[in-house]
Amino acid sequence: MNRTHLELTGVGIEFPTPKGSFRALQNVNLKIEQGEFVSLIGHSGCGKSTVLNIVAGLHQATEGGVLLNGREVNEPGPERAVVFQNHSLLPWLTSYQNVELAVKQVFKGQKSKAEMKEWIEHNLELVHMTHAMHKRPDEISGGMKQRVGIARALAMEPTVLLMDEPFGALDALTRAHLQDSLMEIQKDLNNTVIMITHDVDEAVLLSDRIVMMTNGPAATVGEILHVDLERPRDRLALADDPQYNHYRSQVLSFLYEKQRKVEPMSPKKKADSSKTVAKSSPNETGKKSVEVA
Amino acid sequence: MNPSISQTKSAGWLSKFTQDRSLAEIFSQTAKNLSLPLIGMLVFLMIWSMAAPRVVTSLGQFPGPAQVWSQLEGLVVEHQESRAKETAFYERQEKRNADRVAKDPTYVPKIRDYTGKPTFFDQIGTSLITVLAGFSVATLIAVPLGIVIGLSSPLYTAANPLIQLFKPVSPLAWLPLVTMVVSAVYVSDDPLVSKSFLTSMITVTLCSLWPTLINTAVGVAAIPQDLKNVSHVLRLNWLTHVIKIVLPSSIPMVFTGLRLSLGIAWMVLIAAEMLAQNPGLGKFVWDEFQNGSSSSLGRIMVAVIVIGLIGYLLDRTMLLIQRWASWDKTAVLR
Repeated sequence: MNRTHLELTGVGIEFPTPKGSFRALQNVNLKIEQGEFVSLIGHSGCGKSTVLNIVAGLHQATEGGVLLNGREVNEPGPERAVVFQNHSLLPWLTSYQNVELAVKQVFKGQKSKAEMKEWIEHNLELVHMTHAMHKRPDEISGGMKQRVGIARALAMEPTVLLMDEPFGALDALTRAHLQDSLMEIQKDLNNTVIMITHDVDEAVLLSDRIVMMTNGPAATVGEILHVDLERPRDRLALADDPQYNHYRSQVLSFLYEKQRKVEPMSPKKKADSSKTVAKSSPNETGKKSVEVA
Repeated sequence: MNPSISQTKSAGWLSKFTQDRSLAEIFSQTAKNLSLPLIGMLVFLMIWSMAAPRVVTSLGQFPGPAQVWSQLEGLVVEHQESRAKETAFYERQEKRNADRVAKDPTYVPKIRDYTGKPTFFDQIGTSLITVLAGFSVATLIAVPLGIVIGLSSPLYTAANPLIQLFKPVSPLAWLPLVTMVVSAVYVSDDPLVSKSFLTSMITVTLCSLWPTLINTAVGVAAIPQDLKNVSHVLRLNWLTHVIKIVLPSSIPMVFTGLRLSLGIAWMVLIAAEMLAQNPGLGKFVWDEFQNGSSSSLGRIMVAVIVIGLIGYLLDRTMLLIQRWASWDKTAVLR
């Protein structure tokens, strides 16, 4: 049942700026199937978030368009729930109330009060947050906030789950933990997921396909990598898996060779510039997970 | 050395030490909190009582703290006497009416209000009611308007010049206009409230609504884009968006505006009452000034202190309401 579920055709967008219009995206084409997990990866400022926002309906494409199950997307809606980078929980509501706001909005008139309560608690349970559901965001940790953000998105029963660097602001351990949770949830619910990430390991571990984007302006889809690793995937077993490392190196080579970001530095000789690049990112290469700044 | 052993050994001693220290700290902190303002007050009273006799006016010496205190006592006595007179008046009237009804059962008793001069404390009451009425009306206008303006940047751009134009207008400039308009428009045989009350109240409203309006608009306009996106994705309707997201998010700014507004309202009211001869503390001050007796300056000084004290209490009350209304109980409010 490989039917096209979500389709981006010739998507381009221009933003007006004081210096004239700025073309962020050009001719982005992408077909996504039901239940597929797709990652968008690319350097900062390449327009990954813009793609996601267009799918979410928060931005309007200047040309081209997005079809979801054959219908054009032109405004935001709960069937395309977004997990925001900074959790975006309402700070004056408890975890439960944050999810409740979404559930009340989406299932108004469809679920009874008791059913809603059950559904809210069920979603909080999915992300293992029932123990702190009556705490406000400032009383729980960053990872927990992101869990609640995911629960809120899942509670809308979205056709497509959009995640904008959902684990970007978390420490490595919490991130790994949440990635495992996400894989579990996705296995159960079989949602279609589009996730933006900076993290090469995260992309390979979670995705069915990795969409690598070229640098902006006028960014577009550079390469698409199919990740044919069997699920469930285990991060420890995969660490020494040659296939996994092959995928990983393909993404890295795209990012650091084909699409190396030309940083505006002091003009130096070409021989020097490779050195400065290496120097400028000692942390990234030192970390276990390679990030693209 | 094994740190865990040394820790358990020292634990009892340490807790005792911290307990003692915290007690001592609390004591010294309280002493500091109390003593410094007290010293400040004493120094002020000293300078006042030394400087006052050197200032000689046509109404005698400028009153020192002692004279002001005795004037305050005088005002209290005056108030009590006036109340006693009032009670006596009503008792007499009741008795008279009862007598006449007893003589002639068809007689319909007339009840007249006591028409004695309002005392200092009556004037305080009048002023408080006026300021709260004016401030409430200002709030009812400014908060909804601020939300609407803050949500729409074209509206904000359109309204901003007007706000900036009217904000710095002195109450004394509004007063003649308000007085004339009220006299012309508010015509009623059986008025619910007096014209003077309405004039003072509207002047207070006109002058005090601006800080709330501006702060609400700015607070609403500063809602993080993330939260607006949440609202968009959920397709919240306008009212739900305002209630669930806009209001809680802008509450700190709204209250900053409300506190500024209340402060201005109180200052404006006293000036308006003085100028328009409308009942209230301002009129008390003006009457004493016109009266020109040897006790006038002392009585005005009492009014000055009371006005300051009430202004302070109004601000504290607002702060308490803000604490109650704010979702973020950890925020430091001062």
